[in-house]
Amino acid sequence: MEDLFTIANKNYKSRLIVGTGKYKNFEETANAVNASGADIVTVAVRRVNILDKGQPLLMDYLDPKSITYLPNTAGCYSSEEALRTLRLAREMGGWRLVKLEVLGDKKTLYPNMIETIKSTEILVKEGFEVMAYCTDDPILSKKIEDAGACAIMPLGSPIGSGLGIQNKINIKLIKEQSSVPVIVDAGVGTASDATIAMELGCDGVLINTAIAEAKNPVMMAESMKYAVIAGRKAFRAVRMKKRGYANPSSPQDNLI
Amino acid sequence: MNNLNVAKIQLNGAPYEINNGSNLNELLNKLKIEKNKVAIEVNGEIIEKKKYINLVLKKDDKVEIVHFIGGG
Repeated sequence: MEDLFTIANKNYKSRLIVGTGKYKNFEETANAVNASGADIVTVAVRRVNILDKGQPLLMDYLDPKSITYLPNTAGCYSSEEALRTLRLAREMGGWRLVKLEVLGDKKTLYPNMIETIKSTEILVKEGFEVMAYCTDDPILSKKIEDAGACAIMPLGSPIGSGLGIQNKINIKLIKEQSSVPVIVDAGVGTASDATIAMELGCDGVLINTAIAEAKNPVMMAESMKYAVIAGRKAFRAVRMKKRGYANPSSPQDNLI
Repeated sequence: MNNLNVAKIQLNGAPYEINNGSNLNELLNKLKIEKNKVAIEVNGEIIEKKKYINLVLKKDDKVEIVHFIGGG
């Protein structure tokens, strides 16, 4: 049976989405993205450096025709800033699938859910397909879905912290109640964290810092690819029941 | 000293001199920027690519040119 990963009516092979920030250079970015097997990469919108004419661009290393660019609103602290950023992103190349991220606080980079819900409603009305970064609160993430988001992206732990999935119960609750894909965004530190997210039933994982800040980013990217596949297969295979005591693996009959 | 052949605009937050009567395409050419890799806002309004050629910049216009960079 085919196990499709569908966001906004489009199928993707890989359930791993990777960020393109924090790498040494574009070459390392491209090598890590390729090793991860990701079909979708997040990108940020920023001012062009006018003084540095002819500098290399991300698009020269990652072709938006062969990999899906997911413009984000990282660094935006209000609905107005986020909307402006995504409207510019759409003008750049017609991107309708976007990642909305409205931050509430510089120290925690926690999402401002009130602004996020408001922005989602406006963007959906304007024809955007919105994947929304949100808290791991089941009530608020439901509000995001009700506002029309095409995917819910709860944090596992704060952005860039590498602390893993801090609240597995909530992530599982969110997944169970959602009818759109749930993608753990933020907090993954190493391969096992990605596997846990997938074992909980999540549809995908978004990873940036855990790959970019690994000593060997390209090898970590490949590791994340397998971690996501392993977790997804484990979820689909349905794990054994836990027991309080041992249970022998070899037959107990005909012992010598 | 006022030079009538140039107009001063605000480009990405800094003062920038263009030839009087330049349109957005001419500005991009001067900056060696390919238009399919950027988006442009003039005085807070996003400009469609097909309108670049007809948009003549005026003194004190606020122009923002953005592109995609690496991000998480």
